[in-house]
Amino acid sequence: RVLELTGCAASMVASSRSYADFTPEATFDIKKVDLHRLEEGPPLTATLTREEGLKYYRTMQTIRRMELKADQLYKQKIIRGFCHLYDGQEACAVGIEGGITLSDHLITAYRAHGYTLTRGGTVREIMAELTGRRGGIAKGKGGSMHMYTKNFYGGNGIVGAQVPLGAGVALACKYLGNDQLCVSLYGDGAANQGQIFETYNMSSLWKLPIIFICENNQYGMGTSVERSSASTEYYKRGDYIPGLRVDGMDVLCVREATKFAADHCRSGKGPILMELQTYRYHGHSMSDPGVSYRTREEIQEVRSKSDPISMLKDRMLSNNMASIEELKEIDIAVRKEIEDAAQFATTDPEPPLDDLCSHIFANDQPFEVRAATPWTKLTSTS
Amino acid sequence: MHFLVANEILYCIEDYCIKAFCKLRTSRSSLTEDRSKMASIRCFLRSGKSAVSVVLRREFSKTSPAAVQVNVRDALNQAMDEELERDEKVFLLGEEVAQYDGAYKVSRGLWKKYGDKRIIDTPITEMGFAGIAVGAAFAGLRPICEFMTWNFSMQAIDQVINSAAKTYYMSAGAQPVPIVFRGPNGSSAGVAAQHSQCFAAWYGHCPGLKVVSPWNSEDARGLLKAAIRDNNPVVFLENELMYGVPFDLSEEVMHKDFVLPIGKAKVERQGTHITLVSHSRCVGFCLDAAAVLAKEGVECEVVNLRTIRPLDVETIEASVMKTGHLVTVEGGWPQYGVGAEICARIMEGPAFNYLDAPAVRVTGVDIPMPYAKILEDHSVPQIKDIIFTVKKVLNM
Repeated sequence: RVLELTGCAASMVASSRSYADFTPEATFDIKKVDLHRLEEGPPLTATLTREEGLKYYRTMQTIRRMELKADQLYKQKIIRGFCHLYDGQEACAVGIEGGITLSDHLITAYRAHGYTLTRGGTVREIMAELTGRRGGIAKGKGGSMHMYTKNFYGGNGIVGAQVPLGAGVALACKYLGNDQLCVSLYGDGAANQGQIFETYNMSSLWKLPIIFICENNQYGMGTSVERSSASTEYYKRGDYIPGLRVDGMDVLCVREATKFAADHCRSGKGPILMELQTYRYHGHSMSDPGVSYRTREEIQEVRSKSDPISMLKDRMLSNNMASIEELKEIDIAVRKEIEDAAQFATTDPEPPLDDLCSHIFANDQPFEVRAATPWTKLTSTS
Repeated sequence: MHFLVANEILYCIEDYCIKAFCKLRTSRSSLTEDRSKMASIRCFLRSGKSAVSVVLRREFSKTSPAAVQVNVRDALNQAMDEELERDEKVFLLGEEVAQYDGAYKVSRGLWKKYGDKRIIDTPITEMGFAGIAVGAAFAGLRPICEFMTWNFSMQAIDQVINSAAKTYYMSAGAQPVPIVFRGPNGSSAGVAAQHSQCFAAWYGHCPGLKVVSPWNSEDARGLLKAAIRDNNPVVFLENELMYGVPFDLSEEVMHKDFVLPIGKAKVERQGTHITLVSHSRCVGFCLDAAAVLAKEGVECEVVNLRTIRPLDVETIEASVMKTGHLVTVEGGWPQYGVGAEICARIMEGPAFNYLDAPAVRVTGVDIPMPYAKILEDHSVPQIKDIIFTVKKVLNM
């Protein structure tokens, strides 16, 4: 680790400081990336400004606390159905967003709450969607797996289906000539889907501006990668598509790799594939305790050695980029934000029954919808 | 164009009158009286429509409307050409649509005119390219995704239903999906079991989709243009055996903004004794059967559904209330099919009280399509089956 020394000693002093005392920027060594069909990869160091660090810290902490709150609400049966939690993987969503802009596009599978946030959703509307209320980001019609924001196409429930969809978005970017790209995410479980290989083929043929990202969290539901995949080198599975294998627990690694990949796409070279090695603390979903196919020791080891939030925190503290109090204040603010959101999500009313049949068709006249019996009259509006 | 608007208005007036009339009906006692009243209202409105269009046409030219012979293939081709020209966001993708001019030549000449960007040949990977098409629609383009036949759509059906049909609803209106899926549907000639299935019932089952099944060239042209302009996912079921069949198209129909309303059936032939409801190629068979039956004094009313979903049940009801007898005719399998849905709706609605006999379905035989010609001929509804059924229902 490269340490920038300032006038004061590093993290041990507990007294308050003025912001002028903090290191504005530091450069860190990051893990070397494994390359496939690439001569060069992303840089071996990453520069982090204090501002960026605080922003990444806050966003990752928000995702973490939001997911833990969702866990709580689910156990209280206030959230129902499917709930796939993202805690442990925060560096992926935050790092990716650090490497692209909000005018780029992104699509992912069902473990999507973190991305909904990084793509512009608020904690309030995400939580209210989980609790199925009218203030939800999809007005309670979608639920955990179907949240959308501008340039974010969900939230998709069918494993692998989002990958060709992402390539379609990329095709639109190329068609419209807007220099935007699409990030299309999938897991280690989905990586074996045929439609993904079909997408690799067409994206390469047509040089679509797409970044394929495999979030490899080691387990597809209850099946470890060794048991599901003849080749677990997911970054090579694109064959003729250049690939990178990246430490997905380090937000800076993810960011630098994403920047590298984005440059590749925007230069017209076509698709590129990133494998992010990451880990989920929860089971596959809330109905999976997550310990029948892996040991508690394994989970604990990752938590203590590779937690993305701790890693960033340690870096910032030991480089005098922030104080413990400051980070604690952020934690408190985040907790409050989550509490307020949860409060909203549990008190906001459910959607009105009038909304039952709406949003079947866009830009159409209202029409009658068949109800459970022939005598009930239901109307659909756009 | 105002004659198109006027037509629309008259359709609405017609609808309103029929609905109002249905509400006033209280008993069967003056059935024939009411039927003839209904018939008169309809005739008045019909002639009103023709009167309006004739009057308005006079404003354009002094000569009578010129009819042009256009087969269904060319009608589809011209519709796509005009829509590609009209809106830059429209593009076509599918197997062999570009350099091969289309497996059935429906997209002939389009690649030459519009190039690689707008007319895209895909590899043989339906699930992948259907997903790509839907994604392009998410991002604001207006794709036409061709399936070489609808049989191959089964490989991609998840993208059609889960990614296209349901997304506007799941996103509570945030994400529209303006896509058309099109291709030949149903039985062809000698292509056997895996290439002959009719998917009208499968796709017609799903909310969030519009499902259209044109019969003639006017249908093909007007409905395809409407489908491309629609901001919703449309499943467009063509018929290979109809591609080469020519029909006369009027100047009005040939206008570049001619569209037909999705969700509206058309009465192709007026009749008083029995209603035949059909879609796609079978409409032609119904008309042929009607011609034969007319010689025996049976006047069939033939309703061309044009759209499978949303189903125009009002037009069917009005017809059944006039004739008192219903036969549905389709090429698809009987179980859980289009005809089954029509019969169920008639049972549940006001027209049931007008039925003088149970509603009956004429369908494809409930087997995978065989190859040998003699077997294939006996697997699909023939004109004689329609005639036989009409006579049975009328107790002749």
